[in-house]
Amino acid sequence: MGISPDDLRSVIATDCGSTTTKAILIERNDKGEYRLTSRGEAPTTVEAPVEDVTRGVLNAVREIQELRKRTFLTDDGSAIITPQSGPEDGDRGTDLYISTSSAGGGLQMMVAGVVKKMTAESAARAALGAGAIVMDSVSINDKRLPHEKIERIRQLRPDMILFAGGTDGGTRKHVVAIAELLRAAQPRPRLGTGYDLPVIFAGNKEIRGEIEQMLGGKVALQFVDNVRPTLEVEHLGPARDAIHELFMEHVMAQAPGYAKLMTWTGVPIMPTPGAMGLMIKTLAERTRTNVVGVDIGGATTDVFSVFDGTFNRTVSANLGMSYSVSNVLAEAGIGDIQRWVPFELDEADLRDRIGNKMIRPTTIPQTLDELKIEQAIAREALRLSFVQHKQFAVKLRGGQQERSISDAFDQDSTSTLVDMMKLDVLVGSGGVLSHAPRRTQSMMMMIDAFGVEGVTELAVDSIFMMPHLGVLSTVHPAAAIEVFEKDCLVRLGTCIAPVAVGKGHGTLCTVSYQGASHTISRGDLVLLPLGVDDTVEATITPTRGVDVGAGPGARVVKKVRGGVCGLVLDGRGRRPMPLPVSPPERVAAATRWTKALDLYPEAA
Amino acid sequence: MGDAYTPGLTVTRSTVVRKTRRLPLPGEVLVKVGDRVAARDPVARAQLPGKVHLINVASALGVLPDEIAPALRVKIGANVTKGQKIGEASSLFGLIKSSAEAPCTGTFESVSAITGMGMFREPPVPVEVAAYVDGTVIEIIPEEGVIVEAHGALVQGIFGLAGEGIAMITMIAKQPDHVLEASDLKPEHTGKIVVGGARATLAALRRAIELKVAGVVCGGFAYQDIKELLGFDVGVAITGTEDLPTTLVVTEGFGDIAMARATFELLQSLEGKRASINGATQIRAGVIRPELMVPDDGSGNATVVEGGGLEIGAPVRCIRAPYFGRIGTVSALPVELHTLPSETKVRVLEVDLGTEKILVPRANVEVIER
Repeated sequence: MGISPDDLRSVIATDCGSTTTKAILIERNDKGEYRLTSRGEAPTTVEAPVEDVTRGVLNAVREIQELRKRTFLTDDGSAIITPQSGPEDGDRGTDLYISTSSAGGGLQMMVAGVVKKMTAESAARAALGAGAIVMDSVSINDKRLPHEKIERIRQLRPDMILFAGGTDGGTRKHVVAIAELLRAAQPRPRLGTGYDLPVIFAGNKEIRGEIEQMLGGKVALQFVDNVRPTLEVEHLGPARDAIHELFMEHVMAQAPGYAKLMTWTGVPIMPTPGAMGLMIKTLAERTRTNVVGVDIGGATTDVFSVFDGTFNRTVSANLGMSYSVSNVLAEAGIGDIQRWVPFELDEADLRDRIGNKMIRPTTIPQTLDELKIEQAIAREALRLSFVQHKQFAVKLRGGQQERSISDAFDQDSTSTLVDMMKLDVLVGSGGVLSHAPRRTQSMMMMIDAFGVEGVTELAVDSIFMMPHLGVLSTVHPAAAIEVFEKDCLVRLGTCIAPVAVGKGHGTLCTVSYQGASHTISRGDLVLLPLGVDDTVEATITPTRGVDVGAGPGARVVKKVRGGVCGLVLDGRGRRPMPLPVSPPERVAAATRWTKALDLYPEAA
Repeated sequence: MGDAYTPGLTVTRSTVVRKTRRLPLPGEVLVKVGDRVAARDPVARAQLPGKVHLINVASALGVLPDEIAPALRVKIGANVTKGQKIGEASSLFGLIKSSAEAPCTGTFESVSAITGMGMFREPPVPVEVAAYVDGTVIEIIPEEGVIVEAHGALVQGIFGLAGEGIAMITMIAKQPDHVLEASDLKPEHTGKIVVGGARATLAALRRAIELKVAGVVCGGFAYQDIKELLGFDVGVAITGTEDLPTTLVVTEGFGDIAMARATFELLQSLEGKRASINGATQIRAGVIRPELMVPDDGSGNATVVEGGGLEIGAPVRCIRAPYFGRIGTVSALPVELHTLPSETKVRVLEVDLGTEKILVPRANVEVIER
């Protein structure tokens, strides 16, 4: 980057998605604040007939130019002007241009390690954290025969492979065995034919020589520090950095137009999910909170979490709202989708509707019923993605742990790091959440899908700009945070959801603030007004056996922030949320809840 | 997003198509630029590396991995036949003999002094890529394949199953709303591409498969029937590799839906002609549509199909409820955002259906390109 962060007057950031390229303009105003001032979008142009990603970028920036009535493109429209000129020249251009990308299927990786739940899992965490889709994880104990693994590696054609295995000074034989599989498979990269597949070795550093001997010259081999130098330590940073570097050098350089785009950007192009994860991490660090973020797209759903400082990301590659919508149906089953729909539905008709959405992915719901069905599917896509995330976001396995007597009786020794009672903030992103006609719809989709517990604040990304801000945070963290707080994050409000185990409990708890007291009864769903600028100190007193975060029956006093929706008191119980099964009861319950929150027009 | 609409499917009597015919790995191109090729002609060939077999040589010989080398009876890189002794060792003063045999016919590629594993590779398997359409080679992709240009009629569908085929077109339906039933399919349809009108029933498709009908082209298909047919849900619309003797091309979508009249009439006019059919579908980056192509001699006025914009008078197909499948012409393009019954604010267009005019989100129509 040629300009000092302190002198930054304007930034244009784009995200080149698989279908749309989204551009935003951030400018510093007279008060010295960085604010979002304009946005534009255009179809991504990676595919034929254009086959040049920069065309879509220029089209999106041209939209900003027209809306902002300021020049950002050169006279022939072939490039973005950087840096910004002075007022005497009409403030042409922008000081910084940055970009993220998930076009062309994003970054697709294969990982390998010796033990599936140890080094291979660490490798997967490093790849996912860098923004990749993990196509497969190969390990010694993955229950496939060697020739099956070889066939699989050969068929995959990933963008790159992250190869871990062995602690430093640990196993040699098993790591070499994995290298033999790679050598036998002769894997080829997905894009282009004129270069060797990048393979990052992040395993036992003492056998680098043998790995070099076996794979050198056959693949583009690179060595980085071990992701698991000891079983008790996971060290993902160097592998992640190497992935980003190779993503730029190899993968991006092969995609149409990216060689040119890379010369335009002030900092390296980041994979979209990697940038979004960075923003979630920044939010958690700055506010010292536990955060879960989700980005639900057309093809995939990404879930990010930070609990007690530990970051995890998962990508559910085939759970999404358009391209993969039929897969949501296949995985959830028709019953689980129907339970969120407040009217009777014919099963064959629902299946055809979902199939048609899959083959016409850009269509939007015109009728209210179509919207309700789409939001029901979104709940299941989010729920399933979160289940996968919780299974992956676990404590390190394989290390020695001190165990107490009570631990010995606890069979769930690899429990998830995701503790809903400890979750402070849940942030949603993606079309179905960001563009829901009513914000309460977004809030309820997230409450239902994630099954929030205790006291949780909810927010959505206003226009899908977290990835843009993530990459900006690598250059100018303060500007990224300022725009994030003021323009990106739409605070929806807070949900208080007591957890009651067992039946009974007519009254679950009382919530008192500002001199008023509200009771949450079992089965109730209530929306109370609490404005976006309002934060109150609430005293939540559960009845015996009911937990709101401090243990069964224990009172919680907590600052509760309002939002554009307000405060939701959710008395539907939890673990799991007991939803009626019979169609008439299910419809009656769903109707009652949608009315309580004024979710849809007819309930008004 | 001024042009937020779905590019339409091409249905045209005469067009120019270019097909990239690429090998799965580098190989040899068999034709040159300017060559006329027939659909079944091979245009490129490659040798797929043979399947790999691994055996634990150290364990078979009863030696440590780093002691294998002196026990080998066959050199690394040598050709071997299945069962051939590749190594021999003896222990206990020669009383116990053990040996390792080649698990396949092929090449003895390597043996590891660390793991003790020996790697054997079967002979390479030749693969060929055919031209798929009658046309002219216009470009060679060195070591990878060719681009073949063809003239003719093209009907793109929205969803398909199974891969490429070449066969004659036979009309079964007399009207575009004819539901294709099992009883419509007769033994004389074996090896042909049959055209139905509206939905093809599951029984009809099963009958077609039983008769080894080359292809079924129909307006609609029930989404649930795919699972019945294949045994699994197609969760993501990436198809073409299903192991079916019959290629399916659905022109409109899932459900009970009649084939667009223009598509039906074009197919009627092509009855008796030889067509290239492919059910491969990819509704993602690098979109691939299932299709039916009938080559001609190139004398017709070919239209180069380009994605036109939405304009007054453009024929469009509604692609989402509540008007799914209805066809009309664009009668107005209001600029201002419109609030839908779902409360979504979007840009809409007015479609004249002949009997009524309706407002539809621009994203919910497809331009019918011809």
